[in-house]
Amino acid sequence: MAVVNIEKLCKTYKIGSVQLPALREVDLEIEQGQYIAVMGPSGSGKSTLLNLLGCLDRPTSGRYWLGEKDVSELDDDELSLIRGKRIGFVFQSYNLIGQLNVIENIELPMYYQGFSEEKSAEHARELATLVGLGDRFKHRPFELSGGEQQRVAIARALANDPLIILADEPTGNLDSESGGEILAILDRLHQQGKTLIIVTHDESIAAHAERIIHLLDGQIKREVHNKA
Amino acid sequence: MLLFRLKNTVKLGVKSLWMHRLRSTLTMLGIIFGVCSVIAMLAIGEGASQEAQEVIAQLGSTNLIIETVKPPEKQTDTGKVEAVHKYGLTYADAESIHNTIPDIQVVVPIREIDQQEARYLNHPKVAIRIVGTIPWYTEISPVQLIRGRFLSSIDLHHQQSVCVVDEEVARKLFTFDDPMDKDVRIQGNYYRVVGVVGAPALAHGQSGFGNDTAAPTNPSGAVAGNIYVPLTTAKVRFSELAASFSGGSQSIERVELQKIIVKVDLAEQVLPMRDILDASLARLHDKSDFRIVVPLELLRQAARTRRIFSIVLGSIAAISLLVGGIGIMNIMLATVSERTREIGIRRALGARKRDIIVQFLSETLLLTLTGGILGIILGSLIPFLVTYFGRMPTVITASSLVLAFGISALVGITFGLYPAYRAANMDPIESLRHE
Repeated sequence: MAVVNIEKLCKTYKIGSVQLPALREVDLEIEQGQYIAVMGPSGSGKSTLLNLLGCLDRPTSGRYWLGEKDVSELDDDELSLIRGKRIGFVFQSYNLIGQLNVIENIELPMYYQGFSEEKSAEHARELATLVGLGDRFKHRPFELSGGEQQRVAIARALANDPLIILADEPTGNLDSESGGEILAILDRLHQQGKTLIIVTHDESIAAHAERIIHLLDGQIKREVHNKA
Repeated sequence: MLLFRLKNTVKLGVKSLWMHRLRSTLTMLGIIFGVCSVIAMLAIGEGASQEAQEVIAQLGSTNLIIETVKPPEKQTDTGKVEAVHKYGLTYADAESIHNTIPDIQVVVPIREIDQQEARYLNHPKVAIRIVGTIPWYTEISPVQLIRGRFLSSIDLHHQQSVCVVDEEVARKLFTFDDPMDKDVRIQGNYYRVVGVVGAPALAHGQSGFGNDTAAPTNPSGAVAGNIYVPLTTAKVRFSELAASFSGGSQSIERVELQKIIVKVDLAEQVLPMRDILDASLARLHDKSDFRIVVPLELLRQAARTRRIFSIVLGSIAAISLLVGGIGIMNIMLATVSERTREIGIRRALGARKRDIIVQFLSETLLLTLTGGILGIILGSLIPFLVTYFGRMPTVITASSLVLAFGISALVGITFGLYPAYRAANMDPIESLRHE
């Protein structure tokens, strides 16, 4: 079953009177449990695609089904709900909230979905343990290394058991060792059947994925299937 | 769930305000001062109003007090060495008012003789004031009878040598003895004590605006209190003549009555009655040697004074709250732009616009309410200082505290709404990219 189904998705930015097409009629189908890497030079439309997949933005035209739901024309509140329930984000710069500790950061998506205090705290502790931070619940982001922060971010992305996990250069700010750890965690999630979409420049990182999509000038240039 | 949200929101607000302690404190100052002035204003206003009410209760809101005043000197009798200068209210005036003016409940003539000394046995002398009046005095003044009785009409009719002393006088005169049925000597005559009354709360006229009606003219100021005797007795026993020295020459003054107090049925009749009294007395007097004091007028005067105070303090409060509110808005806008990235993260993780609004609005509210509470604490001290140094009565009411708290909440909402709204309407993608 396709988790993501995109049909003729277009996104055009207007800068003054100039129309700037960022995505041009992209078709894409992602099956449940797939691990996909999106590659391409800067300006190829990677970020735009990621924003659209992450429901942070609305397409200019085309359709986007996430699960069974057409999300291409939802309003702001509905998109917020979809983001909170169905999508997990992992950013290049971790994007943890500095005033909150590890547990509170992981709790955030659950907080906005109205989980109870006990339930979200318990789940957050489980997830923190899962990513190997079982002994650092009360630490604040500045007390953690980059790799550890990214692990908190992954735990946070898992908090609401999303349909897809979007990772934007998740190892971009990390040294190769911690980067390796992060990729190992992502691999493990893939094995557990999570659907992962990772945006990267790095061929070696993309090699972890089953499918590699190359974007150029807002279109899918070619698609490579890795043999698992 | 809701409680969890509230707890989380407050916790987060406290955290981010605590992170910028100095900034938060400075921001709160405007609110603190504003709330301070609100509390002080209301306390002073309430104090003044309660005092005015006490004075009214003392003087009676349906009373009109006609007082003798010394008319401007006339140069006509300079030739005579010992001319008797006669002026003021007379027994005939009281009689005339009583007989000719309708709608009057009671007319009470009062003769006051100051600078008298009373003595009991060989105890030390006590400075007192003689108040010669009639039994109906109790109708116009809230006399609180402690022992015995007040003057009776028999006393009046037979010019009895009896007296009623007030509590204060009784204590000074008799120390530990029972004052009842004892004889007090005043100017060589003996008066039997038939009753003791409570000293009027404002007897010595220290109430600020009531003093021209009740102030003792005794220059030494050490009058212990009043001794009430029947008017008829006072008339025969005490001279109506008083010597005064002005500009080196002696003049003798003669005044029959110091006051006539008129009581009407309803407060609405007081002002028309003043005009009637004024007109009818003017016919009987060729000099302007009397004036009519209306306690109700005093109340109005007090209200005017209070209004000026309220306007001044109210303006300070309003300006302070406005400036404070703008300061808060400014700081919150800075906070919002500082935390753009956080807003982006929260939006990406599922926060709706209204969640962001709630977050920033509650942070602003937290700031103003904390300021409000500090202001209430500081503001509650100000009235004590005002009472202590300014000798003005102040009363802090619970409702003024609630109002002050409400005002700080209102300031928080008014000036927090725009920054919160701006935070909520940031584009999530842009905010995530924000450094």
